[in-house]
Amino acid sequence: MATAHSRTAARFMLSPAVILLLGWMIVPLSMTLYFSFQRYNLLMPGQEAWVGFLNYKYFLTDPAFFAALWNTLMLVGGVLLITVVGGIALAVLLDQPMWGQGIVRILVIAPFFVMPTVSALVWKNMFMNPVNGLFAYIAKFLGMQPFDFLAHAPLMSIILIVAWQWLPFATLILLTAMQSLDSEQQEAAEMDGASVVSRFIYLTLPHLGRAITVVVLIQTIFLLSIFAEILVTTNGGPGYASTNITYLVYAQSLLQFDVGGGSAGGIIAVILANIVAIFLMRMVGKNLET
Amino acid sequence: MGSISLNKVSKSFGDVQVIPPLDLEINDGEFVVFVGPSGCGKSTLLRLIAGLEDLTSGAISIDGADATNAAPAQRGLAMVFQSYALYPHMTVRKNIAFPLKMAGMDPAEQDRRIAGAAKVLNLTDYLDRRPGQLSGGQRQRVAIGRAIVREPSAFLFDEPLSNLDAALRVNMRLEICDLHKTLATTMIYVTHDQVEAMTMADKIVVLHDGYIEQVGSPLELYENPVNKFVAGFIGSPKMNFIAGAPAQKRGADSIGIRPEHLTVSRDAGEWAGVVGVSEHLGSDTFLHVNVDGIGMVNVRASGEFRVKYGEQVFLSPIEEKIHRFDAAGLSI
Ligand SMILES: Nc1ncnc2c1ncn2[C@@H]1O[C@H](COP(=O)(O)OP(=O)(O)O)[C@@H](O)[C@H]1O
Ligand SMILES: [Mg+2]
Repeated sequence: MATAHSRTAARFMLSPAVILLLGWMIVPLSMTLYFSFQRYNLLMPGQEAWVGFLNYKYFLTDPAFFAALWNTLMLVGGVLLITVVGGIALAVLLDQPMWGQGIVRILVIAPFFVMPTVSALVWKNMFMNPVNGLFAYIAKFLGMQPFDFLAHAPLMSIILIVAWQWLPFATLILLTAMQSLDSEQQEAAEMDGASVVSRFIYLTLPHLGRAITVVVLIQTIFLLSIFAEILVTTNGGPGYASTNITYLVYAQSLLQFDVGGGSAGGIIAVILANIVAIFLMRMVGKNLET
Repeated sequence: MGSISLNKVSKSFGDVQVIPPLDLEINDGEFVVFVGPSGCGKSTLLRLIAGLEDLTSGAISIDGADATNAAPAQRGLAMVFQSYALYPHMTVRKNIAFPLKMAGMDPAEQDRRIAGAAKVLNLTDYLDRRPGQLSGGQRQRVAIGRAIVREPSAFLFDEPLSNLDAALRVNMRLEICDLHKTLATTMIYVTHDQVEAMTMADKIVVLHDGYIEQVGSPLELYENPVNKFVAGFIGSPKMNFIAGAPAQKRGADSIGIRPEHLTVSRDAGEWAGVVGVSEHLGSDTFLHVNVDGIGMVNVRASGEFRVKYGEQVFLSPIEEKIHRFDAAGLSI
């Protein structure tokens, strides 16, 4: 696209796609924006009216909002921590030559293919259930009191479930990066007298920097909107102990039939997501430059 | 100190024996070049010495002490890799400092050594750059810098110049030779390029399929190759091998004559032939002459000798420069 003419032509050709994508985003966004300034409750039909920032005021002053905000950050942060650390560890292990490497790798990737609702239900009923669950069985076998995970540590349990789902993704990306590590560099470091640990710290980790950034950015996008796992396990409870922003918006609009309040929550969620994105790009974005 | 001796060293990968048992002595301060065609096991031999591969059998001693099972870092050797193997996310300074840092050297001494190496290698202005921002030649120098700051007892080079362009290669060749003269440290240098071997080495080790064909100074190999392989490998352009009547006349299975040991004449000579391609380099002229009953013969004539495609010329070998080989390819 060297000449001005071909640039104009290129813009012209691109415009349908751009307009379509823009419309795709703008229409729902502006409708949400519009509803968020309306009194619009499905239980009170015919009473729609312009209420200004009242919906926002109610959403932001609701004590549930701060609990949900905190839970969202804990959920994202906790899952990121577990998946990045665990992913690096697994990638190091899977990078070693071993017998049955192919099958082991497929097994490690497998959780990623299980639907979130299914895996959350499996965890809830088969592992964490205080009566029939595997963990309860183990606890009883060891002579301890079974622990009711979802009742007493609901957020931790959900973090665990979600981390289990996302660990394969992190492992896969990090393993690919690990395999592109130059073996001559490793040998040079070996001759330079670097121990296994030093080689990991000074060569492997910096080499993985970019892959870790990719994992963090992509996972954050998905983790901010975790919903199914909460719905099928704790329903946001007990109280608001495992309610995140997404779940709060759902509860507002579909359990309390308050479309206006839910829309205001949705807009706030968009703003929060952008704030998180700006922070992330500030912190780790420079890793992506060449 | 940097004498290395290999005793019945062999290496197999699985069932494939890459290096059959071999013995080799490398004296302190020597510049030794391993040369041979691609895949003949030069890198493997170097990596055995470095400790990056385990021996299948045999023993290696460095400075008289047994180093067969020593870890690479304990052997006191430094290696320069073909791909340079610089650490991409560290600056040049940190790259060069890395072995010193790993050895826990005190920072003032580190700085002193880095400054010294940078000065020798003309890297002073580049110390704060990353390897990605350097040219090929500069990266090569950083790799050498990282090796010399450790003050090793011997340097190992694995085809260090093969990623550089021709002009730079000649320059770096001279710089490495200079470095050897200044440091007077043992250097082992691997290359497939016989010109590099001839120009740099004190001692050349010619390898072929893992076997050592011959060990000697460049001129020894040029003048007295022990077999046809060495004769053909050393010298450029390659030696002409002639079988049949001319060889029988001289009591050999085949004879070899270097292009520079043939005299060309327009009037008379032992063999008559027709000039094919001629390469005029100015100082020399290389002729490819198609001789009846012998085939293509390469000849080096003086630069003034002007011939055209298809002209007839006569060639005569200089009798005392002829190499004679028996049926097994060994020199007689
Ligand atoms: N890690 C290895 N596993 C199996 N075969 C190898 C390995 N490294 C080298 N080889 C084989 O050993 C032979 C010599 O290799 P190398 O020493 O790299 O040759 P050179 O450096 O002379 O070109 C080659 O045939 C190569 O295929
Ligand atoms: Mg090689």
